[in-house]
Amino acid sequence: MKAFTRIDAVMLPIARVNVDTDQITPARYLQKPRSDNFGDYLFRDLRYAKDGREVTEFPLNRAPYRAAQVVVALDNFGCGSSREHAVWALADYGMRAVIAPSFGDIFHSNSLKNGLLPIALPVAAVQSLLDAAQAKPGASVVIDLEERKVTSPDGVTYAFDIDPRSRECLLKGIDEIDYTLTQIDAIRAFEQRIARQA
Amino acid sequence: MSAMTPQPQTMLDRIWARHEVVAGGSGANSQSLLYVDRHLLQDGSAPAFEMLRQRGIAPRMPERAVATPDHYIPTDSRDLATLADPEKRAMAAALEHDAKTAGIRFFGLDDPRQGIVHVIAPEQGLSLPGMLIVCGDSHTSTHGALGALAFGIGAYEVAHVLATQTVWQKKPKTLRVTIDGTLPDGVSAKDVILTLIAKIGAAGATGHVIEYAGATIRALPVEGRLTICNMSIEAGGRAGMIAPDDTTFEWLAGRPFAPTGPAWDRSLREWRALATDADAKFDREVSIDATAIAPMVTWGNSPENALPISGRIPDPAALGDPARRAALLRTLDYMGLKPGTALTDVTIDRVFIGSCTNGRIDDLRSAASVAAGRHVAPGVEAWVVPGSNVVKQQAEAEGLDKIFRDAGFQWRYAGCSMCLGTNGDQVGPGQRCASTSNRNFVGRQGPGSRTHLMSPAMAAAAAVTGRLTDVRQLAQAVRS
Repeated sequence: MKAFTRIDAVMLPIARVNVDTDQITPARYLQKPRSDNFGDYLFRDLRYAKDGREVTEFPLNRAPYRAAQVVVALDNFGCGSSREHAVWALADYGMRAVIAPSFGDIFHSNSLKNGLLPIALPVAAVQSLLDAAQAKPGASVVIDLEERKVTSPDGVTYAFDIDPRSRECLLKGIDEIDYTLTQIDAIRAFEQRIARQA
Repeated sequence: MSAMTPQPQTMLDRIWARHEVVAGGSGANSQSLLYVDRHLLQDGSAPAFEMLRQRGIAPRMPERAVATPDHYIPTDSRDLATLADPEKRAMAAALEHDAKTAGIRFFGLDDPRQGIVHVIAPEQGLSLPGMLIVCGDSHTSTHGALGALAFGIGAYEVAHVLATQTVWQKKPKTLRVTIDGTLPDGVSAKDVILTLIAKIGAAGATGHVIEYAGATIRALPVEGRLTICNMSIEAGGRAGMIAPDDTTFEWLAGRPFAPTGPAWDRSLREWRALATDADAKFDREVSIDATAIAPMVTWGNSPENALPISGRIPDPAALGDPARRAALLRTLDYMGLKPGTALTDVTIDRVFIGSCTNGRIDDLRSAASVAAGRHVAPGVEAWVVPGSNVVKQQAEAEGLDKIFRDAGFQWRYAGCSMCLGTNGDQVGPGQRCASTSNRNFVGRQGPGSRTHLMSPAMAAAAAVTGRLTDVRQLAQAVRS
């Protein structure tokens, strides 16, 4: 997994609630091999019209936002289907973090396994970041995982919380399966205990 | 020994504690390592098996897993070769190969036990009270209806469970939804859950496990409970749960993989002790009066956009907040609906009765009772897709297939089908579908599709009238 320490990156404002994973990666791409660049499928039906032309109003199609690495969105980002393809699309495009007031629980888990940092901040903080990103396209935000802080373009700092083990894995780029296999003795002991009870 | 009073526990507390391999820390976001009793696999699992191969790891406990194809299989035949797209065919074929290579129990297209994974696991007695159940599919919340802790996971976590038989989880908060009163005629479990989602919102239960309680839940058959827990995820819930009771035990007894003999008696004693203690505290409480619930339909692109069938399409002009007004305008434009239109004036092109939400035998009986002696309206294409082969055979034994066929419905083979259209069963661009599935997202049933969620009886009523219809008025029209 790609390590995450500190980034200073352009924000992509998605001023919508309930952005479901069907919108992030439509179902018709779910059978595509992981070797594909899922960044091409990111927000596919929001980015492109039926005839394949770019939808000019969608922020990702505006020059200053194309280089974005941080999505800023409203409540319940990544709700719906468990498809990890939504995280792959964001990560393959180059996104490193998503800031929102709340996340779909499965999307939140999937993000942590793929080096994409989900940051939950209060609505007012998210709204001020959205306002900044919209007022000045290309505005950037600093995210420091070591310090667990987000710093807005105008220097306001917001603290965020994250599970300590997930933070450790992200900081060091540790693969979670490798991490859990270091706990194999505990798993074995648990299995022996339930076998005795059965 | 000191006479400590034990802390009152919720059902979630009990099941959580019994599965904790490594306890989480004291922090609000700390995660525990939990042991997985049952791992359900469907034909979206190819990326997870690939991750395992890349690491050179074999599944740790193949006997705890079960696999069946449901997303990428045809429903007009049992021949995988009829799927035009080779990449889609490869998904179902990969599951068979991966499961058989790993020694995982596999119910293929030619197996009478095949079906939607969330229909077959309860049906076969593979999902049981007290279990921790995961599956790489968000509707895994379904299995909580039997008194299990069951939740959806992503592809990486599927690989993690295959490799370690465990999953890391932050302990969710608890939300108890208490539903009391007798459901009015024509109102079903689907209307209950749509009412809840409309009330608390699509993010209303995010980070929470919902426990459903109250007399209405106690009176529901297991099929209705499965429908309610299934859509917990549409309210943002990590899982839905219902304390197992005699209804659950009678339903499970004799199922192929349920315990038998002395093991059954021992299990029953354990299962009866799972229920939440009377004085246990929940983080949040919501109550619903069942007597006030009407048949519900959705009009927008989130399951929270649900109204009683007597309602009208909302008016953006009535909204003060510009962002919310813009969002509503976008939704009405996508859905092709005008503000103020009566829901009963909305005409439909397609009907889909099926899915892990409403593809069980009770659902088909309910829809058939409306379809009987009537005919699908001109210009409407209506499908019935049983949730499993077992459901299909049971329905055929009861003559339901004949009722549907005589009424002009297509009677198809089991699978996820038009709920999300990954197998090619899709609603066309601009077409409007009355659907018993679980999501009305933009493009959910196919690019440009317009979905209205409702119960099986309401979908059957829409099929025969060609528009959204109050099934209770349809019944009255015949009587009078």
